[in-house]
Amino acid sequence: MDFSTDVQASVLAVLPEILMTILAVALLALDVVWPDARKRDLGYVAGVGLLAVIGVMLVLAPPPGEVSDQLLLGGMIRHDQLAQIFRAMVILGGALSCLVTMGVPRLQHRGDFYAVLIVAVVGASLMSAAADLIMAFIALEMTSITLYLLVGYLRGDVRSSEAGLKYFLFGAFTSALTLYGLSLLYGFTGETNIYRLGGVLGRSDLPDGAVAVSLALVAVGFAFKISAVPFHFWTPDVYEGAPTPITTLLSTASKAGSVALLMRFFLAVFPPAGLLGALEGVKDYSALWVQLVAVLSVVSMTLGNVLALVQTNIKRLLAYSTIAHAGYILIGVAAISTDKSAEGAAAVTFYMFMYVLTNALAFGVVILFANATGSEQIADFAGLSRRSPWLALAMTLALLSLAGIPPAAGFVGKFLLFRAAVDANMVWLALVGIINVIIGLYYYLIVVKVMYMERGPEDGRPVRVDTPYVWALGIAAAGVLLFGTIMVSPLVDWATEAARALYILL
Amino acid sequence: MVITFSGVLTGILLVPVLGAVVILLLPKEQKDAARIIAAVTTGVVLLLALGVFFGYDVNAANAAAEQGEVYFAFEDHVKWIESVGISWHLGVDGIAAPMVLLTALAGFTGVLISWGIEDRTREFMAFFLLLVAGVFGVFVAVDLFVLFFFYELAIFPMYFLIVIWGWAKTREYAAMKLTLYILVGSVVALVGLLVLYFKAGAATGTGDYSFDFRALHAAAQAGVFDQPFADWTGVSTARLWFPAIFIGFGVLAGVWPFHNWSPDGHVAAPTAVSMIHAGVLMKLGAFAALRVGVQLLPDGARAHLPWIIFLTLINVVYGALIAMRQRDFKYVIGFSSVSHMGLVSMGFATMNVTGMTGAGLQMFSHGVMTALFFACVGMVYDRAHTRDIPSLGGFVQKLPLVAVAFIVGGFVSMGMPGLSGFVAEFPIFVGLWHGPVTEPIATWPTDSFNYYGAIAIVAALGIIITAAYVLRVVGQVFFGEFDEERFPAVSRITVYDKIALGILIFWLVLLGVYPKVMAPMIESGVKPIVSMLGG
Repeated sequence: MDFSTDVQASVLAVLPEILMTILAVALLALDVVWPDARKRDLGYVAGVGLLAVIGVMLVLAPPPGEVSDQLLLGGMIRHDQLAQIFRAMVILGGALSCLVTMGVPRLQHRGDFYAVLIVAVVGASLMSAAADLIMAFIALEMTSITLYLLVGYLRGDVRSSEAGLKYFLFGAFTSALTLYGLSLLYGFTGETNIYRLGGVLGRSDLPDGAVAVSLALVAVGFAFKISAVPFHFWTPDVYEGAPTPITTLLSTASKAGSVALLMRFFLAVFPPAGLLGALEGVKDYSALWVQLVAVLSVVSMTLGNVLALVQTNIKRLLAYSTIAHAGYILIGVAAISTDKSAEGAAAVTFYMFMYVLTNALAFGVVILFANATGSEQIADFAGLSRRSPWLALAMTLALLSLAGIPPAAGFVGKFLLFRAAVDANMVWLALVGIINVIIGLYYYLIVVKVMYMERGPEDGRPVRVDTPYVWALGIAAAGVLLFGTIMVSPLVDWATEAARALYILL
Repeated sequence: MVITFSGVLTGILLVPVLGAVVILLLPKEQKDAARIIAAVTTGVVLLLALGVFFGYDVNAANAAAEQGEVYFAFEDHVKWIESVGISWHLGVDGIAAPMVLLTALAGFTGVLISWGIEDRTREFMAFFLLLVAGVFGVFVAVDLFVLFFFYELAIFPMYFLIVIWGWAKTREYAAMKLTLYILVGSVVALVGLLVLYFKAGAATGTGDYSFDFRALHAAAQAGVFDQPFADWTGVSTARLWFPAIFIGFGVLAGVWPFHNWSPDGHVAAPTAVSMIHAGVLMKLGAFAALRVGVQLLPDGARAHLPWIIFLTLINVVYGALIAMRQRDFKYVIGFSSVSHMGLVSMGFATMNVTGMTGAGLQMFSHGVMTALFFACVGMVYDRAHTRDIPSLGGFVQKLPLVAVAFIVGGFVSMGMPGLSGFVAEFPIFVGLWHGPVTEPIATWPTDSFNYYGAIAIVAALGIIITAAYVLRVVGQVFFGEFDEERFPAVSRITVYDKIALGILIFWLVLLGVYPKVMAPMIESGVKPIVSMLGG
């Protein structure tokens, strides 16, 4: 297996990252040059800049058609449709986070904040495309370290600092374990490229235990990033303490990038026998991770949903909901090994896309509301539908999407996930998922009820919605609604195409 | 890509959605505009529905049934999500067409009845229209993904309507209970549906997976679902999954012991929503159970319906008995719905043309009747501010038209000849007496004595109990002494209310004196199902 050395293709493969780096540097420069009064517009530069990067990427840098041309930069990057769609959602998550930052009084003027945020997005974007152990680790750390910073950015705020420290300690610990797992894999095979590694690993006569240990160690890092149980402990505290735009980023870009890497890594390193590109006589280790992922999925869904039932703070509620959603996503991941029609991976990709939009919408409303009332308590959402009917409707749409009720995109997402599970002969996993959907619906509806049924003390006063919010919430809401109804088809097709790329191991 | 497109059914679905969007865009103060737009929207939909109902070609349907084909009128078929095998495929058969009319009637009269709602009128009307659209979607769906999409779409406006405008005392509890019950049922049915989809798709051998009813029906005809479900079990797919699908959807039809959400939900909902809720929403469950359960899994039906009919018997008798015990006017009607919906499921379980046609007629008749009931209850409650039966009385003096309407509804409910109730219930009992077209599969001792005859005799008791509770309510609420001091200002009903009551009564009488307007149509829809069952 040779790596393509085409220079132009190599540059195009990392074009979005190059552009984002330029954008981050430009923001730092503008931060110095622009007068204070204008600095809030830095958010526009960052947000709109990122949206433009998506546009440029989609137009100028489509992945090469031939699989052999897709492994670029010495095999560090695989430039395929999967990388493309996950980059799109990662950058979209970043852009929406930048736009909603413009409503946070202590952050909106800080060019450095936007710049660091964009670097985190660059890391997540590289994760979507990483095809090498080294690249994967660098990308992971690039998002992690910037996010440690961002979570603790509000230095005067005790909760934010505490969250930052907590995230850092947890992250450092799991990073170390992951790195150990990666080094074991390298030691076993002498390869760093995941596609080569898979072939060598399958043909070696290593004891199953050794492979299982390295797999489990690597999985720790992924589980931490997507906040799957039992590596979820940081999630509620960090989600609550971090500046809300960063909570948005954590639950969108960082999560999406990790999911992409997780799928690519497991399928390439431990390919199921019979997969296109997996060679004859290669040992099949896929059962190991399928079982692991299925177990993680069940405990994440159940624990996340059950603990969410008792939350009174909206950010904590969404944190536990994100743990539950990690579980749903893992249903799809567990299903990817057994089907060659790529349904599982397509379902995960679609789900992640809609989840990015949905969470950006939900957290956007939370920020607006927290600014207006100074509270993040669910009880204080009372009467929101009378104060700002559109805001309440947007929040409702987000919650319905999370709960998986049409017309929001979450319905199609869940439908595809359960379909994949049934197809992979994991009806039991689908049934566990369904029980969880019902638990989930309960607490999402409680929030809806508070907004619509109860009366608040300030019924008459509308919540102020600034222009950047109109854009951010508008984009997210339109996405959630359209990808759940008339635009389902293009996104499903794109996700399916992306998922197919995953199964071609060269 | 468009395959066929007549546009009528898509119009029926989209008009209410558009109406809802327009209403939401209105300024908050323009309550009358919201009401008028809602009335116009549902009016247009009613006209379209009448067009569907009277334009349905019974002869063509019968001819198709002879050939063993599935017939749908007014088909709209557009490719939607091709990679998953989902298309925007709508159409009505002989069972769905009356349901479309029923939904349109309940929607239009519901808007008229809700004219007096002052609290957030705009949102009320918008959610109500969305609910109506969701309900329509289920009846006109040929693609089962579309069916499922709208089934769930109906849930969330329902929740809002109850939780915001419902009866303050129980709305929170009732709305949540109803939503969770329906969702549990529907997702269980969804898993069953997915199983059918994969079995049918795998059997094509070309990887041609599809949620289209025709494709699944073809698989059912080819016996795909009669194969063992998996290596570890000898039980066929049909027999293993029939209970999940039938009872999963049956939750919404109020099948005992999963009926519990329905009286609470009916009572907590505002009047118009109760009308849709008991009148139409419960039919969604019955309709989907018939469409996906019985028609696609005839073998499962023959194995399981002989015991499920026992559940429906409990519905009929027990529901009526509980209705008799209620002091709350609205709960009486709520439990009467449980009882009457039991007759619908019982009609399905007869598994012959007569009984199933009766069930179809009962769906329509009960829908109109119960909408009328809830409208009457709402009108009395709005003026008396109590629904405690013993403390009401003599309302015929103040609200004569409401009394007349309620009595007509009561007669329908008792199965009085000349009204739709008789036309619907009589065939159910006749069908029950005859028993299934083919011997049911003996998982239950149906052959040792006249099993179906015995069920019919016990179920007939339900009719007598119904007469008892209806007459009790009529006597205590509308006749007797009127307490002027307690109810000092009982206003007349508005012209909107009169129109609504008139429309509903008209259909009950029309169907009673001239059943031919609907019975042959339903029969044409039932025939293919019965032929699947071996008839």
